[in-house]
Amino acid sequence: MKPIESIIFAVLVAISAYIFLRRIYTLFNFISLGKWEDRFDRLWERFKGMIYYGFLQKRVVQKTFGFNHLMLFWGFMVLLPINFEFVISGFFPKFTLAFLGDTLYTILCFLADVMSAVVFLAVIFATIRRVFFKPYFLESTKEAYIILSTVGLLMAAYFGLNVTGLGLNEKPFESVPVSAFIAKLLLSNNTSEKALYILNRVFWWAHASLFLFFLIFIPYSKHLHILASLPNCFFRNFSFPKSLPRMRFSKDISYGVSKITQFNWKDLLDLLACTECGRCLTSCPANIAGKEINPKEMIHHLKKNLMENGSHIIKSRPFDTIGRPPEDVELPVALIGNGDMSIKEEMVWDCTTCGACVENCPVFIEHFPKLLNIRRHLIMEEVKFPEELISFFENIEARSNPWGLAPSERGKWAQGLNIPTFSSNEGHEYLIYAGCMGSFDTRTKKILISLVSILNKVGISYGILGSEEMCCGDAVRRLGNEYVFDSMAIKNVNLFKKLGVKNIITICPHCYNTLKNDYKAFGADYEVFHHTEILDKLNKKYIFKPNKALKDERIVFHDSCYLARYNNIIEEPRRLIEIITGKPPIEMEKNKKDGFCCGAGGGRMWLEDDADTRINRERAKQAIKENPTIIATSCPFCITMFEDALKEQKDWENIRVMDVGEFYIEGIIDNKDSEDEKKNEEKRRVANE
Amino acid sequence: MHIVVCVKMVPDTTQVKIDPITNTLIREGVPFITNPFDGPAVEEALKIKDKYGGKVTVISMGPPMADSVIRKAIAMGADEGILLSDRVFGGADTLATSKVLAHAILEVSKKEPVDIIMCGKQTIDGDTAQVGPGIATRLGFNQATLVDKIISLDLERKKIVVRRKQDEWHEIIEVTLPILLTIERDANKPRYPSVPRRIFSEEISIPVWNNYFMKLDLNSIGLNGSATTVKRIFAPEKQQGEIYAEDENGNGVGTLVGVIIKKLEEWKIRSIQNG
Repeated sequence: MKPIESIIFAVLVAISAYIFLRRIYTLFNFISLGKWEDRFDRLWERFKGMIYYGFLQKRVVQKTFGFNHLMLFWGFMVLLPINFEFVISGFFPKFTLAFLGDTLYTILCFLADVMSAVVFLAVIFATIRRVFFKPYFLESTKEAYIILSTVGLLMAAYFGLNVTGLGLNEKPFESVPVSAFIAKLLLSNNTSEKALYILNRVFWWAHASLFLFFLIFIPYSKHLHILASLPNCFFRNFSFPKSLPRMRFSKDISYGVSKITQFNWKDLLDLLACTECGRCLTSCPANIAGKEINPKEMIHHLKKNLMENGSHIIKSRPFDTIGRPPEDVELPVALIGNGDMSIKEEMVWDCTTCGACVENCPVFIEHFPKLLNIRRHLIMEEVKFPEELISFFENIEARSNPWGLAPSERGKWAQGLNIPTFSSNEGHEYLIYAGCMGSFDTRTKKILISLVSILNKVGISYGILGSEEMCCGDAVRRLGNEYVFDSMAIKNVNLFKKLGVKNIITICPHCYNTLKNDYKAFGADYEVFHHTEILDKLNKKYIFKPNKALKDERIVFHDSCYLARYNNIIEEPRRLIEIITGKPPIEMEKNKKDGFCCGAGGGRMWLEDDADTRINRERAKQAIKENPTIIATSCPFCITMFEDALKEQKDWENIRVMDVGEFYIEGIIDNKDSEDEKKNEEKRRVANE
Repeated sequence: MHIVVCVKMVPDTTQVKIDPITNTLIREGVPFITNPFDGPAVEEALKIKDKYGGKVTVISMGPPMADSVIRKAIAMGADEGILLSDRVFGGADTLATSKVLAHAILEVSKKEPVDIIMCGKQTIDGDTAQVGPGIATRLGFNQATLVDKIISLDLERKKIVVRRKQDEWHEIIEVTLPILLTIERDANKPRYPSVPRRIFSEEISIPVWNNYFMKLDLNSIGLNGSATTVKRIFAPEKQQGEIYAEDENGNGVGTLVGVIIKKLEEWKIRSIQNG
């Protein structure tokens, strides 16, 4: 290497480094535009998570092709020190990493050589996939091909450099087996040294320029994820975002998010970490059912919005200023609106908050909480929302239930069943929180009635709130009406405190999540159980003999998102089914934490659904594929959605939709009991009349 | 343009029960709400304000806690409110009520003349639909009742064109301002308040006018000024019980419709009017 080459190289490195670092500073500045949020707790755990999910790519490899990415990633990791050596040797030709010791250096060279070959193959596989077997969730962007070809050429240059180096006896053959193999194929003894030298320099410069190009290109392209996804894993939310932060309400503050600078900094980091792999898209039930929402596109649009508005802000202030602009800063591109840098308003209402996008994101991007923040703005500031929600909100506010039915009727489901009103003085251990569905929906009432029948049998003491019960506010919160939810939460928590409630049983996963997780910020101090958890416990304590009536049914089990994904209640309902049928339920392709929403979450239960894009129909089809006689689930909303979907086709009509608790209880109650139960029901009916 | 809207706090009648023994209303624990007809009246006023500018004042007569219905209207967008509250106003029938409200509106118009007064068509507790017309008569305003649509407003000519809802037809009339309109419940969907407006409405102070201020003759207001007295409140006897029907296959609705038609035939009810 001639001294002039070193000088040219040094200049190029300096220019590239300047561009690179300046861009990194700009990106850091972009992130600093967001609101402050403390994500610096439990640092050791964060570090471990970064190793696990970032370096070991735990979530990436959950999908088969993720292995290809793992190879690329580790190829890069191994090549890092070798490239370091390469750059330094560009300034000081004598420099090598040999000072690490012979063994270590040999291993390093060996691994780099093998991994370069692996990376080269991975690039070829990725290209073939994109060109010939393009999955719908990937887009063929120029960017992607630039990156793939750069990486491919970089590896080719590496081998060219090594092979010619071997020819010039610069490297020992045994440490670089792949290069040695190629050298044996291509080089012969009469290859002239001069030609080899020239080729070596050509490859060296090819490698150098590709390397520097790559360095600059990364932070300007979606391959920014190389830099942003490791910190994104580090600063991740430790648990699934099952609740939302409580808000403050006072004069002169804004609610929710209507411009990019109102997000938290971690939300903005999320945008930079996205590689557009499309896993959120393939798991989004609303998108699969044909709705407009597209979580991948949403993140991409937000990213462009950040880049555009962020550049505008940064340009308008001194270079060394970082941090949030004033709250009333005017931004050139609107957050809510049409175009490829904004979120369409209609899309905001499509989300069921099922959370499949978040669960499937390899780098812990939180998609739907961003939408909920936009909902908060639309509802609380702009009062723009689908028309049918007006009466929903008014009913909830005036009568604490979605239908506007008289609150005095709340306890009516329990009439004639001898169910006491909850009182801790009388030693009631559990409060049964019926919820709006349990209190007013005819189908759901049956689940409650079957639940209390078994609780009576084993002598568990419980009470209900009757007409004092109020709606928990789950849908109100998920729709973004935090102001109303806030007062509902305060009232409910105070009521529970006043009554000395210690344990709550609910049959509704949405009530469950709200009472348990949302109310924590409001001072909740009690345990919450879903009835499947209680039945599972009882089942361990008492031995009930199945009555064989349901033994031969083909049960498909559908997970409620708010139970499985939000609260990790996965095995309890399955165990209950297995007790009755003697075998585990049939699983659909999407199950457990990867379940597919019924379509009712996030307040969508109370929104009109477009007839052509019904999520429940999509899920019902998936269930029907397994040829069930009973579809079992554990949520009143899911039951409603399935029953509605099954009504659409004549030959689906014979399939029953059952709550798991109901199924279990029907499976253990002997015939004499059910005769009695029928008589009781008759009595109740007469009493009601 | 100055619009006054009269609103009332009423018990949520869907939740009112009648004591079976004394036959009186059980008012305990019954929540109070804004009269459902008044929301549309406020909304109509706000729609005019949105289009032509001006001011909307909300007036209510009732106990001190009735300020909540005024605040609700302010949350929707009304500019200010006045609560008419005094023990001596209590027990008023529609005559005495309209006198107090008319007097208050007269006071208000001294500062800023009133062009339009809006009332809900009726309240859900009294169901008389008399207070609106009573106010108009006492103030000498024109009146158009049962309005379900405001078609146009001509500020220069001081004319308003409204549609009145009749049993089986609509009537479109042009009237001269100042005018009192009583608004039908289905005239519109009242707007939902934004949170900043709600917080504003909670913090604004609502002046309370009592009779020291209004100086009305005690014999013309409250119980003394009422031309009618309530003798007895009772629940009408149920003529028929509930009907429950289901055939052997558990088909409820189909069977039920058959039973109902048969019953109607028995009772010689031959046709049911639309709506």
